[in-house]
Amino acid sequence: MSVNKPFPHDAAKLHVSGRARYIDDLPVSDDCLHLCFGTSTIARGSIQELKLTPVRNSSGVIDVLQASDLIHANDVSPSIHDEPLLSDGTIHYLGQPIFLVIAKSHIQARKAASRAKISYQQDSPILSIEDAITANSRFEEGPRIWNRGDLKRGYEQATKIVEGSIEIGGQEHFYLEGQAALALPQEDDEMVVHSSTQHPTEVQHKVAEALGVQFNDVRVEVRRMGGGFGGKESQGNALAVACAIAAHRTNKPCKMRYDRDDDMLITGKRHDFRITYRAGVDQHNKIIALEVVHYARCGWAQDLSLPVADRAMLHADNAYFLPNVRIESHRLKTNTQSATAFRGFGGPQGVLGMERIMDHLAHDLNTDPIAFRELNYYRPAVAAEHDTTHYHMSVQDFNLQEMTSKLLADCDFENRKQAIERWNADNHTMKRGIAFSPVKFGISFTLSHLNQAGALVHVYSDGSIRINHGGTEMGQGLFQKTAQVAAEEFGVSINAIKITATDTAKVPNTSATAASSGSDLNGMAIKVACEKIKSRMAALLAAQYNKSPDDVAFTKNEVHIGRRVLSFGDAAKACYEQRVSLSATGFYKTPDLEWDRIRGVGNPFYYFAYGAAVSEVVIDTLTGEYRILRADILHDAGNSLNPAIDIGQVEGGYVQGAGWLTTEELIWDDQGRLRTHAPSTYKIPAMSDRPREFNVNLWDRGNLKPTIYRSKAVGEPPFMLGISAWLALSDAISNCGPAYPNLDAPATPERVLKAVGRVRHGL
Amino acid sequence: MKFSFLLNGEPQVIEDLEPTTSVLDLLRVNKRLTGTKEGCNEGDCGACTVILIDDNGARAVNACILFLPQIANKALRTIEGISSHDAPHPAQQCMIDHHGSQCGFCTPGFVTSMVAAQINNDTDHDVTLAGNLCRCTGYAPIFRAALACEGTKAPKWFHDDQSDLRTLAQSVDAKLPTTSDELANILAEEPETTLIAGATDVGLWINKDMRDIAPIAFIHHIKDMEHITEHPDHWEFGANVTIEKMRVWSVDAQPSLTPLLTRYASTQVRNSATLGGNIANGSPIGDSPPALIAMGAKLVLRKKDTKRTIDLHDFFIDYGQQDLQSGEFVQLIHVPKNQINLRCYKISKRFDQDISAVCGAFNLNITDGVIQSARIAFGGMAGIPKRAKHVEACLTGKKWDMNSIKASHDQWSQDFKPLTDLRASADYRLSVARNLLTRYFYDLSDNPTTIQEVSA
Repeated sequence: MSVNKPFPHDAAKLHVSGRARYIDDLPVSDDCLHLCFGTSTIARGSIQELKLTPVRNSSGVIDVLQASDLIHANDVSPSIHDEPLLSDGTIHYLGQPIFLVIAKSHIQARKAASRAKISYQQDSPILSIEDAITANSRFEEGPRIWNRGDLKRGYEQATKIVEGSIEIGGQEHFYLEGQAALALPQEDDEMVVHSSTQHPTEVQHKVAEALGVQFNDVRVEVRRMGGGFGGKESQGNALAVACAIAAHRTNKPCKMRYDRDDDMLITGKRHDFRITYRAGVDQHNKIIALEVVHYARCGWAQDLSLPVADRAMLHADNAYFLPNVRIESHRLKTNTQSATAFRGFGGPQGVLGMERIMDHLAHDLNTDPIAFRELNYYRPAVAAEHDTTHYHMSVQDFNLQEMTSKLLADCDFENRKQAIERWNADNHTMKRGIAFSPVKFGISFTLSHLNQAGALVHVYSDGSIRINHGGTEMGQGLFQKTAQVAAEEFGVSINAIKITATDTAKVPNTSATAASSGSDLNGMAIKVACEKIKSRMAALLAAQYNKSPDDVAFTKNEVHIGRRVLSFGDAAKACYEQRVSLSATGFYKTPDLEWDRIRGVGNPFYYFAYGAAVSEVVIDTLTGEYRILRADILHDAGNSLNPAIDIGQVEGGYVQGAGWLTTEELIWDDQGRLRTHAPSTYKIPAMSDRPREFNVNLWDRGNLKPTIYRSKAVGEPPFMLGISAWLALSDAISNCGPAYPNLDAPATPERVLKAVGRVRHGL
Repeated sequence: MKFSFLLNGEPQVIEDLEPTTSVLDLLRVNKRLTGTKEGCNEGDCGACTVILIDDNGARAVNACILFLPQIANKALRTIEGISSHDAPHPAQQCMIDHHGSQCGFCTPGFVTSMVAAQINNDTDHDVTLAGNLCRCTGYAPIFRAALACEGTKAPKWFHDDQSDLRTLAQSVDAKLPTTSDELANILAEEPETTLIAGATDVGLWINKDMRDIAPIAFIHHIKDMEHITEHPDHWEFGANVTIEKMRVWSVDAQPSLTPLLTRYASTQVRNSATLGGNIANGSPIGDSPPALIAMGAKLVLRKKDTKRTIDLHDFFIDYGQQDLQSGEFVQLIHVPKNQINLRCYKISKRFDQDISAVCGAFNLNITDGVIQSARIAFGGMAGIPKRAKHVEACLTGKKWDMNSIKASHDQWSQDFKPLTDLRASADYRLSVARNLLTRYFYDLSDNPTTIQEVSA
């Protein structure tokens, strides 16, 4: 058996020895050129005069391009062609690329780019959610609105109504490897591009459009990324296209990587949100009416903002049944970086909004926050009408009741809560808090046609196997998981499988590796390809030994044909010699999806993944500083393909989610300049920010749906377990006085201290 | 410029390169050793961590803000040079076994930090690895890997490098002064010379601002500015003492400084950054000045053969303006001994490796419950590190109790009019500064005040 085993990451040995190659590590010839964008220093307006002579005269500069130099498409948008590679004269945000320097070295390109003299006609920028609402600056004609039930009657039946609002900050991806691309010009106008991208097919398309060639003239290869998290779903397009254009013009290899500050200044981040709510509960503490309004700050270009905002709406229920509900979503256009995909893709904002509502309601109802949550869970086992989401999808696999009970028992919740109360009573300046939060996360791309994947599997005549698929490796262990699938199918050890760089010339028309879909889709495509080869091999071997193909078994590096046993290598050789094709493609598409995003009705997801977390924190009421003392997590990965990799996703997701809601604060000044543009000013969690005690377990039960070995997607869902840390801070603050903390996100020490003041003085 | 160094055990000679070329570029571009990664190019992420070896031992440093002359006559080990041919280093194997890598980009930096810590037999992993950022794993498996390979012996190559260094040709360069006299002469000839000690700040001027800072002089080879010497009533520090060396000194000599110095940037930065640099660059948010001011430290400034001694507090005149004449340099720092009531509190968004929003140092002399004298100094509250003189005056002569603390409430805004910036608002800074006096009260009376000491 190869699946369900905790193999290390396939490249672990290369990682620890520094031999794993990223784009900037690839050997290139000495004539390789290096690129850098010159960017705008204002947020909105137009270019009056662009003096590039000092740039051209700078040492090592080969050429400088502006929009008018681009012969074909000047666009790197993943959606509606609204994102020019180089400004067409209009400035949409501070940091927008205006011109492109081609120089002999990276540092020469950067130095030259800083030397342009640009004068602007400045307009007053639309920066905040407030600004955009006032100016009615938005994508789509108006807000998306989804309804279910009878809201008016719901409020009439309510015995308690709570209203509120929360500000939710964005998040910088901070992949450790910045954006990078390398273009290598080929004969006959072909182009090979190495790109640090989650979406090689889109890079292929954007490069082809920019060069005015067909898709088949461009080959994009991705061996690995140094982290992606959604930040390389569309944000790598600009670098790949720039490199291809420069390589085409100069006929030399061209490489581009953003300096970290440029990366943070130019690329999009997680959408910041404001969520307002009005929630009513009945006399049994059941939510009977809920109105939610999402305001998403999308930045200057549409990018992926519509599906992101849709997914926020789709997760506005988190795990709770909402009989009467109205969700309104505004997609606001601002003169800031174009917000983009980030792990969870709007889901975290939707879930945080709902968990905030639950926290607020439990506080004002003076009821136990966990019992209140459990009471409002979906209850498919109890009553069919309580299993339907606000988008009319039936929740059939809900398992949070059981998971919640098990987690609370395993982490000794009740005793700890009492111990915390006693400790708090004795302490002058510090308070502890503890909180629980669940997550239910929908699995599938909501743009249904993206739910497809292809694979290519070769068995060589010595029995070694090479596999390839459309998914990209960004650290999540997809390659190892799909290798385990192939090893399982052929009954060979994992060492027999070689997994190779994602390549648009091997598997075409791929979807982005996103939406947690990587192993679900590509694992299944690999399995399909393996099955094809196996059935060909079985047919031949069965015929050779007068057996039925059903008598052929692939196991333990051998092929058993009835009582005859061949090594897998010998079996492969025999098949080759009998002219059996040992290469196959595999294809998979997710079944049962139909979705109307305008009406908000349908089955956008194949299934749900679940998780539950308890976090304990301590705060300093004098300064607002805090620590996460302990986190306990139970996460549903179905029949885990690789428990070590899945636990790694859960641990990493939790810490990244907690970072989003605590120390990771993006600050723009009133000119629209991002002030937090480097790790010196933008603080992702460091080693000592991890929970002191960190217990992660998998809820190891098979997926009800026939996914790959009945596993579940695990990339994004655990991110939202970090919300329990934020709720624990709210709980600790609540222990300072009677009022509700009304904590915004991120809960920096400053926000925590302010909330302590509010709670104490009812401000 | 011409000098020698050992690269993964092999002697190398460097010439014809700009002295402000980073060691990271030397490795990646010139030597094509691409295992060392660039993550931020400013010393904040640790992806470029390499190990620098000399007679003082081994230390992890950030190659992106390390300039070529800083490795002259030293041995450098990169990720490519830490394992032997037949076996990975135990830190590498533990990282594999404990699933410590996901995307793998930060991994070489973590491994080199672990190896350096092992050579130094330092098992405080939260501290030794605070300067390495990872965005994938949530650190838990890396921490487990670090625990699992505790007790590993220093590798043979470490001892080999140290002995090989003794036979390496020592280079001499006019702009690599080895004595403070030489430095005084350089500054007499070219008073505008930019001095580079650890380069942890100057590195950013070059990497990020792309500033031309010529003329320059690297001062890290000056031996007579590296000492910590005990005198009857004070300790004398050479300006070149690294923050890490000072931190180690503080554990026994002035333990109330240790928690603050442990949070000074990261291990890699502390291994390069110097006390003199932290003072001389005049930052309002440098972490050592508030503590040293609260202790009553003095500076010895030198210009050619003339020395003068001033209060550290008086060195800081205004934002960007210090009491330092043209051609003068910070040579020595005198720190009064046995400041038993000193407490230092650093407040930042992130606990480790962050820049202070507020950094407060309190040093009250209390006899029979009455405050005899007070020295309170803050960073992050003004354009310079500054004493809270109104608060000090208000407290002096009063009983040491909550009433006196409350009575000082309005003095804080007399002393400080802080700014709002990306790190904190003016209101927050002022509230916290005030509240820290309350923390100090509980701290001196041995009530628990430290969230780091709370466990679940």
